[in-house]
Amino acid sequence: MHPLCFKPVVIAVRFSTNQAYSQYAQGDIQNGPPPMDHSMAQPPVCQPYSHGAMNLSGPHPSYPQQYGVQPSMQQMTNQMSGMQVGSGPLTSAGPGYAPPPSSEPPISAAYSAAAPPSYTQAPHPVSGAPSQPPPPSEPAAPQPYYDGPPPSQQPPFPSSSLDNSPSHLAPSPAQQTFPNSAPPPVSQALYSGPLPPPDLALSHLPCIPCPVPCRPAPSQPGPPHFHSGPLPNAPCHPLYVPAAGQPPFPLAPCSSAFGQPRGPQPGYAGPQYPGQQNYGAVPAPTPAPTQKRLDPDSIPSPIQVIEDDRANKSSEPFTTGVKGQTPPLVTTNFQVKDQGNASPRFVRCTAYNIPCTADMAKQSQVPLAAVIKPLAMLPPDETRPYMVDHGEAGPIRCNRCKAYMCPYMQFIEGGRRFQCGFCSCVTDVPPHYFQHLDHTGKRVDCCDRPELSLGSYEFVATVDYCKNNKLPQPPSFIFFIDVSYNAVKSGMVNIVCQELKTLLDYLPRENPEADSVVRVGFVTYNKVLHFYNVKSSLAQPQMMVVSDVSDMFLPLLDGFLVNVNDSRMVIESLLDQIPEMFADTRETETVFGPVIQAGLEALKAADCAGKLFLFHSSLPIAEAPGKLKNREDKKLVGTDKEKSLFQPQSGFYSNLSKECVAQGCCVDLFLFPNQYVDVATLGVVPVSTGGSVYKYTYFQAEMDRERFLNDLRRDVQKPMGFDAVMRVRTSTGIRATDFFGSFFMSNTTDVELAGLDCDKTVTVEFRHDDKLSEDTGALMQCAVLYTSCSGQRRLRVHNMAVNCCSQLADLYRNCETDTIINFFSKYAYRSLLNTPTKTVRDTLVNQCAQILACYRKNCASPSSAGQLILPECMKLLPVYLNCVLKSDVLQPGADVSVDDRAYLRQLLSCMDVSESHVFFYPRLLPLVKLDGGSLPMAVRNSEERLSKGGVYLLETGLYLFLWVGANAQQELLSNIFGTPTFSQIDPNMTSLPELDNPFSQRLREIIDSFRSQRSRYMKLMVVKQEDKAELIFKHFLCEDKSASGGASYVDFLCHMHKEIRQLLS
Amino acid sequence: MREWRVAMATYQEFIQQNEDRDGVRFSWNLWPSSRLEATRLVVPVSCLFTPLKERPDLPPVQYEPVLCSRANCKAVLNPLCQVDYRAKIWACNFCFQRNPFPPSYAGISDVNQPAELMPQFSTIEYIVQRGPPNPLIFLYVVDTCLEEEDLQALKESLQMSLSLLPPNALVGLITFGRMVQVHELSCEGIAKSYVFRGTKELSSKQIQEMLGLTNPSATGPQGRPAAPQDPAVTCRFLQPVHKVDMNLTDLLGELQRDPWPVPQGKRPLRSTGIALSIAVGLLEGTFPNTGARVMMFMGGPPTQGPGMVVGDELKTPIRSWHDITKDNARHLKKATKYYDALANRAASNGHSIDIYACALDQTGLLEMKCLSNLTGGHIAMGDSFNTSLFKQTFQRVFSKDHNGEFRMAFGGTLEVSTSRELKVSGAIGPCVSLNAKGPCISENEVGVGGTTQWKICSLSPSTTLALYFEVVNQHNAPIPQGGRGAVQFVTQYQHSNTQRRIRVTTVARNWADAQSQIQHIESSFDQEASAVIMARLGVFRAESEEGPDVLRWLDRQLIRLCQKFGQFNKDDPTSFKLSESLSLYPQFMFHLRRSPFLQVFNNSPDECSYYRHHFVCQNLTQSLIMIQPILYSYSFHGPPEPVLLDSGSILPDRILLMDTFFQLVIYHGETIAQWRKAGYQEQPEYENFKHLLVAPVDDAQEILQTRFPMPRYIDTEHGGSQARFLLSKVNPSQTHNNLYSWGQETGAPILTDDVSLQVFMDHLKKLAVSSAA
Repeated sequence: MHPLCFKPVVIAVRFSTNQAYSQYAQGDIQNGPPPMDHSMAQPPVCQPYSHGAMNLSGPHPSYPQQYGVQPSMQQMTNQMSGMQVGSGPLTSAGPGYAPPPSSEPPISAAYSAAAPPSYTQAPHPVSGAPSQPPPPSEPAAPQPYYDGPPPSQQPPFPSSSLDNSPSHLAPSPAQQTFPNSAPPPVSQALYSGPLPPPDLALSHLPCIPCPVPCRPAPSQPGPPHFHSGPLPNAPCHPLYVPAAGQPPFPLAPCSSAFGQPRGPQPGYAGPQYPGQQNYGAVPAPTPAPTQKRLDPDSIPSPIQVIEDDRANKSSEPFTTGVKGQTPPLVTTNFQVKDQGNASPRFVRCTAYNIPCTADMAKQSQVPLAAVIKPLAMLPPDETRPYMVDHGEAGPIRCNRCKAYMCPYMQFIEGGRRFQCGFCSCVTDVPPHYFQHLDHTGKRVDCCDRPELSLGSYEFVATVDYCKNNKLPQPPSFIFFIDVSYNAVKSGMVNIVCQELKTLLDYLPRENPEADSVVRVGFVTYNKVLHFYNVKSSLAQPQMMVVSDVSDMFLPLLDGFLVNVNDSRMVIESLLDQIPEMFADTRETETVFGPVIQAGLEALKAADCAGKLFLFHSSLPIAEAPGKLKNREDKKLVGTDKEKSLFQPQSGFYSNLSKECVAQGCCVDLFLFPNQYVDVATLGVVPVSTGGSVYKYTYFQAEMDRERFLNDLRRDVQKPMGFDAVMRVRTSTGIRATDFFGSFFMSNTTDVELAGLDCDKTVTVEFRHDDKLSEDTGALMQCAVLYTSCSGQRRLRVHNMAVNCCSQLADLYRNCETDTIINFFSKYAYRSLLNTPTKTVRDTLVNQCAQILACYRKNCASPSSAGQLILPECMKLLPVYLNCVLKSDVLQPGADVSVDDRAYLRQLLSCMDVSESHVFFYPRLLPLVKLDGGSLPMAVRNSEERLSKGGVYLLETGLYLFLWVGANAQQELLSNIFGTPTFSQIDPNMTSLPELDNPFSQRLREIIDSFRSQRSRYMKLMVVKQEDKAELIFKHFLCEDKSASGGASYVDFLCHMHKEIRQLLS
Repeated sequence: MREWRVAMATYQEFIQQNEDRDGVRFSWNLWPSSRLEATRLVVPVSCLFTPLKERPDLPPVQYEPVLCSRANCKAVLNPLCQVDYRAKIWACNFCFQRNPFPPSYAGISDVNQPAELMPQFSTIEYIVQRGPPNPLIFLYVVDTCLEEEDLQALKESLQMSLSLLPPNALVGLITFGRMVQVHELSCEGIAKSYVFRGTKELSSKQIQEMLGLTNPSATGPQGRPAAPQDPAVTCRFLQPVHKVDMNLTDLLGELQRDPWPVPQGKRPLRSTGIALSIAVGLLEGTFPNTGARVMMFMGGPPTQGPGMVVGDELKTPIRSWHDITKDNARHLKKATKYYDALANRAASNGHSIDIYACALDQTGLLEMKCLSNLTGGHIAMGDSFNTSLFKQTFQRVFSKDHNGEFRMAFGGTLEVSTSRELKVSGAIGPCVSLNAKGPCISENEVGVGGTTQWKICSLSPSTTLALYFEVVNQHNAPIPQGGRGAVQFVTQYQHSNTQRRIRVTTVARNWADAQSQIQHIESSFDQEASAVIMARLGVFRAESEEGPDVLRWLDRQLIRLCQKFGQFNKDDPTSFKLSESLSLYPQFMFHLRRSPFLQVFNNSPDECSYYRHHFVCQNLTQSLIMIQPILYSYSFHGPPEPVLLDSGSILPDRILLMDTFFQLVIYHGETIAQWRKAGYQEQPEYENFKHLLVAPVDDAQEILQTRFPMPRYIDTEHGGSQARFLLSKVNPSQTHNNLYSWGQETGAPILTDDVSLQVFMDHLKKLAVSSAA
């Protein structure tokens, strides 16, 4: 099937590439081997190409090796070679889509990941790029380089914040050194979000006005103008340049949090970063209002970065053929063409240019990690991984490291053997797989075989890959419904039973026409378990009560797990009767451990993998294994013992999850608590088995029904694999050392997942164990062995190649901040289990400071110490990091329960990058004009961005808020709510009225589309300005100072700067 | 001589009359007046007592019995008491306490006597009001590890039985296989059951908690089973038949075979032990001290959990006598101990346990027998539930008497009082001791002793106990001429119509001086009763002693008896003679020695347990049949006649009908068999032959009608393989060893090395007359 798909594309490609060559070839052909055709194809390419030489120098050797192209040969048979080369998957994307010669923009887009575009000074960077002389020679330290030259632009920027300070800061000597130009407008023009030349702004941004209090003198070179000296009041940081009382910056007088504790000493005395208090809700004793601080518009804006990336990269498909290129941001809509590396939807790396040596890596402190979502859903316009069947002997693998056949295996000896790209071992090609090589050393059938040309594909696994050497049975789903008093009263039981009746028709299947082969079973429980026999031959279901919860067993075999269609009548009868049967229950106690044990036993008895759906209401206090006690103790929060709250109460559930994983029993937990249920302990099994925890605190049928049902529907229907094992293999030199996510590991290499659904990610950290070579780059292969929902055993393979660099600058140029934040947050959240929260936070700050300091020290051109210089790729690191630090888990407010924190902690552990991004930096959309298909541009998460007259939609990944300004236009309100009066808006509504006007329709469309993008249904909450609920909403305005003491963005940036300086000095 | 004959006749009448009236048969009807003489009589003073002997002519009285006011006596007013009508005072004939009559007896006089003072009411039944009437309870415990056909038959039998139960009786259902399921019967819609693992032993308290029977707040201290507080709760499992019979019929109909797969070479896992413990626990918690019947139906041996009798590996066969004697029966002791404990628990709560075991192989009755033995339950044994043997036996459990009432009673206690010269040594029968201490307990324990009260959880009209007494009067304190010893039996029980009743039987026998009146004592000997009484002792001993030891003991008793009462010249066997009152006794002993009660050869351990169970609870007539089967002969020569149980009775032109209690064998002699084969009975001119063939069948039917449990019905003929049932019973007077020496053509030789009655008697005579003995 797949060859058919491939062939036509290949042919088309060939011609287009040829054309490209013919036009541009002359000069290039000699030095540029064909594999680069992608870049060749289009004229402008040559330029970035050349100046990005250091980028690409890596690939050169590696490609020829693989494809074995010899220049001479190629010249001789130009057409031939074109064919060969072109046929490679690498080419298909670019040329296929873009008319070769004329279209320039796409190219720049393609390369935008690399530094160049950002350097261009011209207002129209894109178009300008090609025409300009290549900015070549010094790509290594571009930013500082540019930093200097265009000083003219800069001064205005800093000065804006500075000049008016005198009122307060008068005495500061440093201050006087600043040029007192007051061009706030300029700075705005340059930096404010929507402005066109954002790139520019960014590149300059590095020099954030950073007053160097102690040594004003040295910091003079160019921009020093910038920075204000120490202020008397807030002495240590002059940063906050006193723009006191200046009208244009009506910022909330964020009294410099940093300052206070440290008092008057001029220097940064303490390296310490006194977390909470420092940031802390400021008692604001200082006459803050008068102070003026850094202009928020002048600091790196996430919105701007997102918008730029969207503008530059969404128009052209992202092709994965080129090693080491950074993919578009997760916020950008783009199409992916698999040309040999896994799509970023499957794998995202923190860095696409990794240091060659461990020393370098250590010096930079940039984490080397990949966030892998092995079974990710792809948009409809991208093909899902092809299935490859290597016959009875199973997939072809390297003899030594057991890596699976992939594009990085090099065939030698006329195709009789192949050399592993990971371990270099040479393995014989089995006869049935033999194929001749062409003159470039590539197999003739290379493009017919996904495993030789694509980054992601699947193998059909043989019995050798199955448990007990037996092909697996189709999986089963078992539903466990808590029928204790609380569960019945909240309406949960009723809702679940009602919903299951229809939901059972949507069990996962691979062929949409066929019926699902997944079998189902039902159990209700309170402090005893009720199993149901729903055999199709019965007229009525039969209930079997097991009260011996201390020693769980399965009371029936036949008729417990059934096919939905066969037993439909009986099942429906059962689901009708369950709510009735327990309507008058007075049983309040529940068990939990035995419930999972029962599911496990059932799957064991049926000899299949499966998923348990637990609908549970309360802390399991009934006498049974896994009984828990209420240990919530708010007094522990903030102490060194806080970590114990995140640890499970006993080892029982860990042991149980081991057994579950061995059987392929995945547990999904839906919690409906009215009080503490100890999520930290109850979540152990779901988290270790690849399951999910959903929590609906104070569940009320009317309010929460929709959210719960949508979550449930999605959870039941989503494609998933069972009984999975994931193994990450890497080329010699690096090694996967640490893993984060919902899984279990019994050794150090195999990630065992009882269940793996399309939303789950596994984050893998790599460490050097040897030197890497710039020539070969680094390879990574993630293989996931799993049982599909139809009971087929499969292997999904994702390959990823990245470049290696010996220059730190390359590393910093090819990082992905969102992924780094994803990694950092997972790392930090996991550390909570063993480390006091404060230490975790300090470590995070420290590591980021080191990353940035390393950059400053090694990559940036020398400049004033007072300047904060951030790498282009990481300029959002501080703002995002601040969001992580302020998150409920790391810095809880008084109203955040221990359960909530444990829940979020577990939730984050398997989030992908796009979810973690919105989780930490929610999306805030002003609802002004909703015409056309595009979304309004987001605004930054700060209260000051909210207009009283507007309505805003905030998406946090878990909730949607509709914030209504007190002075919102009547027309707007009528359009949305159907009432023109602010006071008549019902703050309890959970869905918007369906009004027949374009605005309302579009808004609801937007909300629906947001919801569909997330793995969990986001409940809509309407927040009226000045309402009580606004507090919750404000909590998500993460650039502001938070009620729980989290620093504002500006404050944190200053703090970061301080830390960096500390490290540098 | 003549006088003796008269006396004899008198004694036979006397014995018959006493049995008819009181259900009592004593080994001696004159009692030797001193301990020493009593022991010299060999057969102890003892009796067979049938507490609920059917007395259609006895109308129960509707008031409370009058008791002796002495605290440790409490004997009931009876015809033997001396009454002072004027003073309205009666004297207890056991402790001589003088008691005033209660006020309600104010009107009595010697012409206006209450029934209990009239001599013909030496047995009298009182209906008393004690608390609310308790319903009868039937708890079915059903094995589901059966073949489809067996299960179907069993289901039908059970469904049918619902119509036989009294409508207000409570019924419950427990099924078991690998798991044990307790079915809830009260629910509408969804059928509910509580499921238990078949391998885990649970305490009664745990069981009740798991069944939700205890109200946690109301649980008594020390785990004392809380009284059933909420009837709705307890009734979930035990419901009145009339309410749930539809429901239960459906439930039984839907009952499936145990669904767990049984691998090749394995037995199904059967959790009989746990099922029973749950049944016992359930009743214990809900209806303690109320009559209840646990009816267990099993199709194979328990194979897992406590009480397992054999492992699930088919290659390990179930224990045989050989294994037991070699001490190779792995599970025997543990299982026996387990079931013993269970039986005692059930018995102390007044619940009885029936076992209906139908399988081709053994099912573990040896280990489980105490469940029924101690609780008065039935044991039925068959090859399959799909046989009329089982079906009719089961049906007969629910048979009714002429009043339309069930022939079963529950929760009985039997109390025995004796006059001073006599003490109670013990009882042998389907009972357990209640450990009631009193003045009339003998130190010399026989059977279940050390008490004056026994619990008999379930009683039928034929349930019979053997009671053993000891004469304690010293030799030097003679009892005056004409003195009488008295025994009073007080049986309290729950009648099947839920009434509480008390039946009082008071009997008296004359004391006799053994030296001067030995002949009278001899003629008062009841050899039938004695044979049964001694047999029970033997069987009782056989439970704990080696078989040969018991036989030797039995032989020694017989020899001593012959020495005591035989007339002979020393060392001259030919001179040996026994009086008529003892003449049959040695023959009983001969057959007893050959019976399956004492001979394990040819009988599996289960069969032995089964036979012994029935032997120790049947009445005298049935017991005698068991010891010495009855043989009738049918021929053209005359009407059917009983013939000797002897190989000599097996003649070619006869049809024999043998009743061994457990089997009914119709045996066609060689000629008859040939005729039958030739089909003469079909020809009109040979109608007489047809009649001849039909006659024994009709007679057998008559026996089948009344016998419980249903005997195995065997129709065989000369040379048939089933003829072995007959051949193994008859006295082997002709064997392959002596056939030609007899030189006669009558009879059939038996291929056996067993000694014949003649040889046995010869030996007996020799030993009896031997001066060396």
